[in-house]
Amino acid sequence: MKLTIALAQINTHLGRVDINLEKHLALAAEAHSKGADLLVFPELSLTGYVLQDLVPAVSHRPTDDDPVFRPLLEASRKLDLVVGFVEEDRRNRFYISAAYLSGGEVIHVHHKVYLPTYGLFDEGRFFAWGDSVRAFDTRFGRVGMLICEDFWHASPPYLLWLDGADLFLFISASPGRGLNAGEILESARWVDHINRAYASVFTSFVAHTNRVGFEDGLTFWGGAAVYDPNGDIVKHAPFHEEALTLAEIDLNQLHRTRARLPLLRDERTGLVQRELARILSSQDSNAGR
Amino acid sequence: MIDLTIDVNLVRKILTGFIHSEVTRMGYSHAVINLSGGIDSALSCVLAAKALGPKNVLAIRLPYKTSSSDSLEHAQMVIDTTGVQSVTLPISEMVDPLFEQFPDMSSMRKGNIMARMRMIMLYDQSVVFNGLAVGTGNKTEILLGYTTLYGDSACAINPIGDLYKTQVRQLSRAMGVPDVIIDKPPTADLWIGQTDEGELGYTYAEVDQLLYLLIDQRYTPEECVEAGYAEPFVRSVVERVRRNQFKRILPPIAKLSNRTVGYDFLYLRDWGT
Repeated sequence: MKLTIALAQINTHLGRVDINLEKHLALAAEAHSKGADLLVFPELSLTGYVLQDLVPAVSHRPTDDDPVFRPLLEASRKLDLVVGFVEEDRRNRFYISAAYLSGGEVIHVHHKVYLPTYGLFDEGRFFAWGDSVRAFDTRFGRVGMLICEDFWHASPPYLLWLDGADLFLFISASPGRGLNAGEILESARWVDHINRAYASVFTSFVAHTNRVGFEDGLTFWGGAAVYDPNGDIVKHAPFHEEALTLAEIDLNQLHRTRARLPLLRDERTGLVQRELARILSSQDSNAGR
Repeated sequence: MIDLTIDVNLVRKILTGFIHSEVTRMGYSHAVINLSGGIDSALSCVLAAKALGPKNVLAIRLPYKTSSSDSLEHAQMVIDTTGVQSVTLPISEMVDPLFEQFPDMSSMRKGNIMARMRMIMLYDQSVVFNGLAVGTGNKTEILLGYTTLYGDSACAINPIGDLYKTQVRQLSRAMGVPDVIIDKPPTADLWIGQTDEGELGYTYAEVDQLLYLLIDQRYTPEECVEAGYAEPFVRSVVERVRRNQFKRILPPIAKLSNRTVGYDFLYLRDWGT
């Protein structure tokens, strides 16, 4: 089965959901006309990233009576969409969320489970922590979605892998940092390394979308990419400029790679469970987090 | 050996993108820059010309009567090579009456007044030219506080403030800043014979490497000494960075209410754009 993924590497207006929504709908139409089956937007694609006190002013609920999600759900009848947004739950907690929309329905919503609150990041000050990591079924098979810092930790991709995900959709709003003699920033190089590693060790597809543009002095570096189950790059978007990048993937590659390299078959989940139980019961661990 | 080499194509792309983004989203298309004849303002000017187009950049030369004639000529070289617009407004007649009021005024006071007069001219010309003031302070001088508060440090955006002097030199060479500007001893040119490195007591090449360890690599001062830097040098730089923190932040507001600017009223400048 072939699947054409489109990666929307966009700039956003900070706190202007109306303007950002227009861009989403225009790109959905463009990606559909170019033959894409699935269009993936970056983290907080409807709002911009460094929201700070704007968070409560830009939140939405992913339902068909929401003025932002209604047109997005309508657009999802033509191709599947992943959008990034601020979600306010019924008890007024705010999450960095990603929604998978297909056929006019909300198929899955992921709340970011790792909120970086160090260095230049201050997400934990403004957002609630998500509490679940679940794979979900789509018309292209089982998928896992994570948001930026979620996949800087090894455990969420691992959980999604065990939960059946063969296609990982990673979305970021990654501020560039680490300038040296290299052609790309250290943060861009690091993300490329880990995504290549996830595709390789989980013998799965990884598609990563990152935004571009500036917010005050922060620069977002783009560099969206799709990796196949061998860890090879299928398609790479440019750095530091807007782009709609289409990549066709052959899902039968899962069969071919896993026939050669049965890492999933041999994964010792029982061993993991036993050792995790032992480690978490000791006093000197991250038990209970 | 610490290597501060940067990829010039990458940084050029980021910095021209930054200038274009931050000028245009504020509703402007023009920029103004005080061009001293030194390397930092030359680089900012070249970057702004690249980002906005040379006709949208106004370079301002603000000589004082004791300013080196080289400064004026070197600034002209940048104007000529970039094709930016320019204006020359001598400040002697503006600051001399003030100096005459205080016959025993120190050269530091005079230097600060000249730097602040140039700030006044920059912001006034920014209204005339309808442009944003682009800054010229590099990371080394920001960290060392080698700058006049509300003087040469004043600007709307600063493209080169995260580049050490060593890196400013590398990027300047790659972007066609004339060699004579890159190779001459850096000076604020506030009085005759003044040089940065003479005043600071060390070279930029030395202090940039130490700052890179202390700031970027988070070395402790003790680890810097272990890495081979003289202890008095390390101690003086660490103290200088600490003592000048006040130049790097907005003035603290005494908190009284539930919501106070700077503490819990938090928005980027790019809010809504």
